Amino acid sequence: MLDTRRKIETPEGVELMLRVAGPVPRAAAWLIDSAIHAGILIIAAFILLRFGDFGKGLYLVLMFLLLWGYFVFFEVYRHGATPGKRAMKLRVVNRNGTPVGWTASMIRNLLRAVDLQPGFFYGFGLTSMLLNRDFQRLGDIAAGTVVVFDDVPAWKTEKSNIEATPPALALDLDAQRAILAYGDRVDQISKERAEELAAIVSGYLVADDKSASKQLIGNAKWLAGRT
Amino acid sequence: MKQEAFESKYKTAWCIFEDWLEDQERRKKLAALNSKLRPSDIAKRYRDICHHLSLSRARHYSPILQQRLNQLALRGHKFLYKSKGSFLRDSGRFFAFTFPNAVRRYWKFFAVSSVLFYLPLIALIIAVQYQPTLVYSILDPELASRYESMYEPDVEHVGYERGSESDFLMFGTYVYNNISIGFRTFASGVIYGVGTIFVLLFNGTFIGVIAGHLTQIGYGSTFWPFVSGHGSFELTAITIAGAAGLVLGYSLWAPGPRSRIASLKHAANEAFPLILGAASMFLIAAVIEAFWSSSSTISAQVKYTVAGFLWLFVAGYFLILGKTRGS
Repeated sequence: MLDTRRKIETPEGVELMLRVAGPVPRAAAWLIDSAIHAGILIIAAFILLRFGDFGKGLYLVLMFLLLWGYFVFFEVYRHGATPGKRAMKLRVVNRNGTPVGWTASMIRNLLRAVDLQPGFFYGFGLTSMLLNRDFQRLGDIAAGTVVVFDDVPAWKTEKSNIEATPPALALDLDAQRAILAYGDRVDQISKERAEELAAIVSGYLVADDKSASKQLIGNAKWLAGRT
Repeated sequence: MKQEAFESKYKTAWCIFEDWLEDQERRKKLAALNSKLRPSDIAKRYRDICHHLSLSRARHYSPILQQRLNQLALRGHKFLYKSKGSFLRDSGRFFAFTFPNAVRRYWKFFAVSSVLFYLPLIALIIAVQYQPTLVYSILDPELASRYESMYEPDVEHVGYERGSESDFLMFGTYVYNNISIGFRTFASGVIYGVGTIFVLLFNGTFIGVIAGHLTQIGYGSTFWPFVSGHGSFELTAITIAGAAGLVLGYSLWAPGPRSRIASLKHAANEAFPLILGAASMFLIAAVIEAFWSSSSTISAQVKYTVAGFLWLFVAGYFLILGKTRGS
């Protein structure tokens, strides 16, 4: 199935779902982090330029630390997310869902040097991500980590005052789930799209008129037990 | 039970747990203490939430509720099952225990790596004494003269390129160079170990021919005191990085009961302490090289004595430290 959800089994007996992130959001996160690096290095260059060779040595050490230590620090001490990743709502975790430790973080960042090749275009890393089920780059494979989405949907607050009405037909389980999902999503999609979707069942489940969407929402509320 | 009833019954409990998690993640320990959730109840609350997640799936409640509970359980899972490591304690344990034991466990690879490195090194030092022109079949004259200028007997800072006068700049350069070489030695082990063998032989040859040449033309009095200090750390680090590369290569030749990829992954994990320790040794070598070895004000005898102690220290570290009963 074309899905990026991965299951992890927990000791409590429930399966938790992780959604792995592909190359595009990760590349965006990396661009943001690189911009931050560039900013820091430019400011550092201005300051350290005054100190001649001592400053140059310090600059090299700073560059070394940034390219490597920056990622390790944020992954271990800030819940697996550098500022760039946090902006893209991503997080680095171990395969089993636990937060990354020192070893894993250092391995994956050490191998970043290999993933960067050729040049700085992440050619190897990108190829590895595209060939791997979990979008792991070489560093991830060696460290046993994955990058997952960490977005949390808000609790659904009931805003509409549409009355809860039972569906016109007796529905099987899949149909009930579909209507419930519609009721959940209808706030996030445009009105035209909501009408378009409701039009699929208009004529037999709901009336074939402009209020099809509202009727479906009412059905969803009833199925969820909301009064 | 309908979804609405389910939600209204348990929502408070979920929100309290979520607030508690937020406080923990943001390190607001004091706020967490004021939470309505007592520490003794945390595990039970987490198990309840897992149970609610299972129920919401089994009863086919709305996807948003399932997703919400999934995220809540995931965060709880992450918090409850994370390893509580402290950097100081973990790095202390690494250097006192993990690293020396790793080198001892892979002593055969270390021995092979040492032979591949030191054999050409010593052979060429000796050979160049009897056949001085051998240098120019391995180095080009420009490179040879550059090295000669770095180790002239009356140079102010030994080992520096003419023009750069700063200890700290050289430190930065050494750190970058040495660690890159060490890393390349290790990473090229992925090519069935052939890369590592080549890098070790090459570096041994290169260093040997330079050492031999400089001794032969009489610059030994500046060269040997210079390298003696950091040599103990740097040469050992090169051979350890080589050993790590050979571990990788060997895992591909003889994967045992695993597939080759699984064997490589396993070997990478095993070899990781070696490469991390080697990187630390390179760092120490860079410190010694930049701030101690290059100084022309310290006499050769002092440098040799210190070097002797450093070699003893390195040998003792790997032979003695971290041994537990029975290992």
